[in-house]
Amino acid sequence: MGINCIKSRNILGIGNLSPEEISFILDTAESLKDILDRPIKKVPPLRGKTVVHLFFEPSTRTRLSFELAAKRLSADTVSISAAASSVVKGESLIDTARNVEAMRPDVIVMRHSYSGAPHLLARHVNAAIINAGDGTNEHPSQALLDVFTVREHLGKIKGLKIAIIGDILHSRVAHSDIMAFSRMGAEVFVTGPATMLPPQAEVLGARVVMTIEEALEEADVIIALRIQKERQGESLIPSEREYARLFGISRDTVRLARPGALIMHPGPINRGIEMTPEIADGPYSVILDQVTNGVAIRMALLSLLLADTSRKSAEQ
Amino acid sequence: MKTVLFKGGRIIDPSQDWDFAGDILVDRGVIRDAGPSVSVASEVPVIELAGMWFVPGLVDMHVHLREPGEEYKETIASGTAAAAAGGFTAVACMPNSRPPNDSAAITRLVLEKAGMAGNARVYPVAAVTMGQKGERITEFGDLLEAGAVAFSDDGVPVANAAVMRRALEYSRNFDALIISHAEEPDLAAGGVMNEGSMSTLLGLKGIPAVAEEIAVFRDVCLAELTGGRLHIAHVSTRGAVEIIRQAKQRGVRVTAETAPHYFSLTEEVVEGYNTLAKMNPPLRTEEDRSAIIEGLQDGILDAVATDHAPHSSLEKECEFQIAANGITGLETALPLTLALVRGGHMSASDMIRSMSTRPSEILGIPGGTLRTGGVADITIIDPDSRFELTRERMHSLSCNTPFLGQTLTGQAVLTMVGGRPVYDPRGLLLS
Repeated sequence: MGINCIKSRNILGIGNLSPEEISFILDTAESLKDILDRPIKKVPPLRGKTVVHLFFEPSTRTRLSFELAAKRLSADTVSISAAASSVVKGESLIDTARNVEAMRPDVIVMRHSYSGAPHLLARHVNAAIINAGDGTNEHPSQALLDVFTVREHLGKIKGLKIAIIGDILHSRVAHSDIMAFSRMGAEVFVTGPATMLPPQAEVLGARVVMTIEEALEEADVIIALRIQKERQGESLIPSEREYARLFGISRDTVRLARPGALIMHPGPINRGIEMTPEIADGPYSVILDQVTNGVAIRMALLSLLLADTSRKSAEQ
Repeated sequence: MKTVLFKGGRIIDPSQDWDFAGDILVDRGVIRDAGPSVSVASEVPVIELAGMWFVPGLVDMHVHLREPGEEYKETIASGTAAAAAGGFTAVACMPNSRPPNDSAAITRLVLEKAGMAGNARVYPVAAVTMGQKGERITEFGDLLEAGAVAFSDDGVPVANAAVMRRALEYSRNFDALIISHAEEPDLAAGGVMNEGSMSTLLGLKGIPAVAEEIAVFRDVCLAELTGGRLHIAHVSTRGAVEIIRQAKQRGVRVTAETAPHYFSLTEEVVEGYNTLAKMNPPLRTEEDRSAIIEGLQDGILDAVATDHAPHSSLEKECEFQIAANGITGLETALPLTLALVRGGHMSASDMIRSMSTRPSEILGIPGGTLRTGGVADITIIDPDSRFELTRERMHSLSCNTPFLGQTLTGQAVLTMVGGRPVYDPRGLLLS
């Protein structure tokens, strides 16, 4: 029942990927990962391909990760910080995209502060689109690297209990993680201040609980999310101090989980708020593995999308 | 056209409890006679229209004509042409033009442009507050004298309850109608669709149903306190229907409307970030949709109004978050409401009541009846004719409707204002 390609020509969200496709992406990433440890970290499969990174929102880690992934595979890469370009001049997203498209890129990796912006782009350009985070909707490559990291350490996903703690409502990582882990057969529990939990979160595939104890009990994986005290001028929590006391991951709360439970965080961490430094740097923290695996996952996505387009054009 | 006999139709007039097969004689702009069989002198031209409905001209009490200020989206001429094509002989236009209609000068401008266009009749709704800012109420007396038929800050809610109280109080000097765009602004802030499972799936900020319900309840309480006459615009939730039902039972002077999209669609249509499904209030759930239909059935919702809100591709072909609210409705309301009749949800008579008789009564304007001696605002409907809703066949300057490309059933075949054809695609009155 193995598959050898992904159906969609874009990666817009976990919502569009089947469990088989997710497994296939993870397997591909696994086979590419060793390139990162070679003395010469470059292989030729995407030579002559062009990847444009169109970032309408600041990003350090995700952008660097995508750029390195493309370069490792020998693609030509260009990065545009759109906040400093046409958008300021009042150009519409579709016009910006069409102009980029006119220079014939093969893939556009896009981050935007509005949910659904990459979906809009995908309807108007021919290049393949990879969503590198859209508003409060999805961040599929982050979820794939999270699933990859868990599979690498625990050998499976099915049957695991995953606890996601924090601002679920505004976290695109949480949305994609919930869908990815539940699609792969894990049981996903989410908790956080109730002001930060989405209405009817069950539709994503999560069980919502109101205390960190319920979420962490017997958990195999703990994912803490970044907290922003002020969101669009709304105070969703009374203080960071109270958040840290109720939902921060510490030595005490980790004891509720299974011994050896993995500690994860999509970064950047507010040390002392989402988790104590000893947990972030502790033996079960796989936070930096996540970062390394991110490059492998993004290499997999690029090579799968581009393998597909070259095959399509060969058929024509 | 002087005198003509329309023969063999189904005459539906809720104002007189009429629903029978018969004829209508129109003479010099007036309904001269109507009944099961009207006989005339041999020289009077006869138009035989078997199977068609003869109804009082449809009245849309909630449209946005965009003039003055946004003529690239719609003009009074194009909007009233769309109205006529949709079977409407009269529309009430909301004041959120640029500048807003908060003065007699703008009210007169709207009426003058409408007169020049000569399509459907136009009844301006003036702003409740100056500049629609929600602070100081407008000169109701002056505006009424200029031709305004009601007051509303539609598009934005009157956020301050004390200002709304004052408006409802002051309206009593004129027995004027206050139309409420009911929305609790802090609860709705930043929301772009209904709050619920779809907003969670799409990662979009939701507007909870209670944002509407709290505001409906507030305004109903204020109408009760002041004795003012209140009309709730575009009701979209089950809870709002319930609040209005209870208020009516208590004898509060409140009426209400809903729009065809609230009984035809749900939030599911937003899937794929479809900006043509973005409106305010937002499309709700199936539970709300069925409550809206029930509300129409039992008359708690008095009127079907389109909230016709034309926008160009500039406002709609963009990110969902920044897309403008609203869809066009004048050219789809008739088939969409007919679908309720075909589905057995309401009688033909109740449909015409909610699309003609009640809105005329609520606004206190002529029309809504086929009474002998009355002005001949008449719509003739072919309830079974199917058509594809294409850009080309629409009269509105904008085509922002989620029904674009669909095949709809039922349309006007003749719209007459004062006996004069304003929409006559088959050339029935050409001779």
